Amino acid sequence: MRRIVIWLASTITILVLLFGYHTSTNKTSSASAVSSSPTTSSGSKPSSSPSSTTSSGSNGGSSSKITTYAGSVAQTRWGPVQVKITVQGAKITKVTILQQPSGNSRDAEINSRALPILINESLGAQNANVDMVSGATVTSEGYVQSLQAALDEAGI
Amino acid sequence: MNSAPAKGRVDGRIRRRVEHVMGMPISLALRGRHASSVAGDEAWQAVINELRQVDAIFSVYRSDSIINRLDRGELTIAECPAEVAEVIQLGQEAERVSDGAFSIRLPTPNARRRLDPSGVVKGWAAQRASRFLAALDDTDFCLSTGGDIVCHTADPSRAAWRIGIEHPRDPNTLIAAVPIRSGGIATSGTVHRGAHLVDPRTGREPSGVASVTVIAASLTWADIDATAAYVQGDDAARWLQTRPIRSALVVWADGTTTRLPKDPL
Repeated sequence: MRRIVIWLASTITILVLLFGYHTSTNKTSSASAVSSSPTTSSGSKPSSSPSSTTSSGSNGGSSSKITTYAGSVAQTRWGPVQVKITVQGAKITKVTILQQPSGNSRDAEINSRALPILINESLGAQNANVDMVSGATVTSEGYVQSLQAALDEAGI
Repeated sequence: MNSAPAKGRVDGRIRRRVEHVMGMPISLALRGRHASSVAGDEAWQAVINELRQVDAIFSVYRSDSIINRLDRGELTIAECPAEVAEVIQLGQEAERVSDGAFSIRLPTPNARRRLDPSGVVKGWAAQRASRFLAALDDTDFCLSTGGDIVCHTADPSRAAWRIGIEHPRDPNTLIAAVPIRSGGIATSGTVHRGAHLVDPRTGREPSGVASVTVIAASLTWADIDATAAYVQGDDAARWLQTRPIRSALVVWADGTTTRLPKDPL
């Protein structure tokens, strides 16, 4: 079980790292960051009710217990970020951004408009679309810390 | 991945580790036989230890680092660890092939040029330290030093690593993804550090380009070529075509992209 959680948590690492992944990965994307609403999906997946302790997983099959792991708040240059993941049995059922730099305090769920596609697809496929991210030099500050804290809580 | 864990140990599951060295997150993804083994842990520790040693030698932020003492004339190259000569030689080679767009002697406000091999060290150090991981038999790895990555797949029948390329204008999104079995991928830009990279010949920031990603056989040269291309601004893609790289993605300041043709692997 612990290994499963570890694996799941490692999968979710990527998912959260990728926040709003554009599906058009293989095409030359000329979209600027502003137009981030994708054409592919409007995320009509049913989102499970937040922070409940038990529920019968409707599409998962197994209805094992639900556990949530919240990361600590990381101060990024864009503002404070905090991440929470929900694990039911052997599946991550939800990734929630508890705090994000825009400053709105209500939960912004990954499968909502701003942070869509990859997360939903990946949860459906039980598979992450990317394993790591290449970018201009990343410093030790930043939201990765928060994510990592959440993963640490989850058992990694 | 939906199925129950296989009874053997070689499966597709990824085990991750993260540490911070040189002010950067060092991330490792391992899969295969040693993903969770003691040998895997030891190899990871060896990587981290070596990166810390490299930092002690090459950090330009530590006044007592070997490289700063060398720059101040307190040491000669002969008195430095052998790695110093190796890195300086690499830097000189990079300066030559880029016509000075890449240099380890950076302009300063006064006339003197300052010795700063940081642009060589990161990729070189990660590529070099990855040998500990490559020695793990039947094990695949993906080692990232602050966003520059060495990929290795021990068995070609296993899936390639899929690497996302960060959007230079929005680091929370990806602009592309690329499958890599073995090789290095590096991205240069100024997203996280602010405007920092300058053309050493002019001291000016490049114009027209937002980020450059290069995939090459080794991270050492992927990193150098990405930086050298980036500081050349509008000439980035043209110059990269002269380089022995596998492929590249240039994201221009206006959001358009240029991909260089050769497919990775």
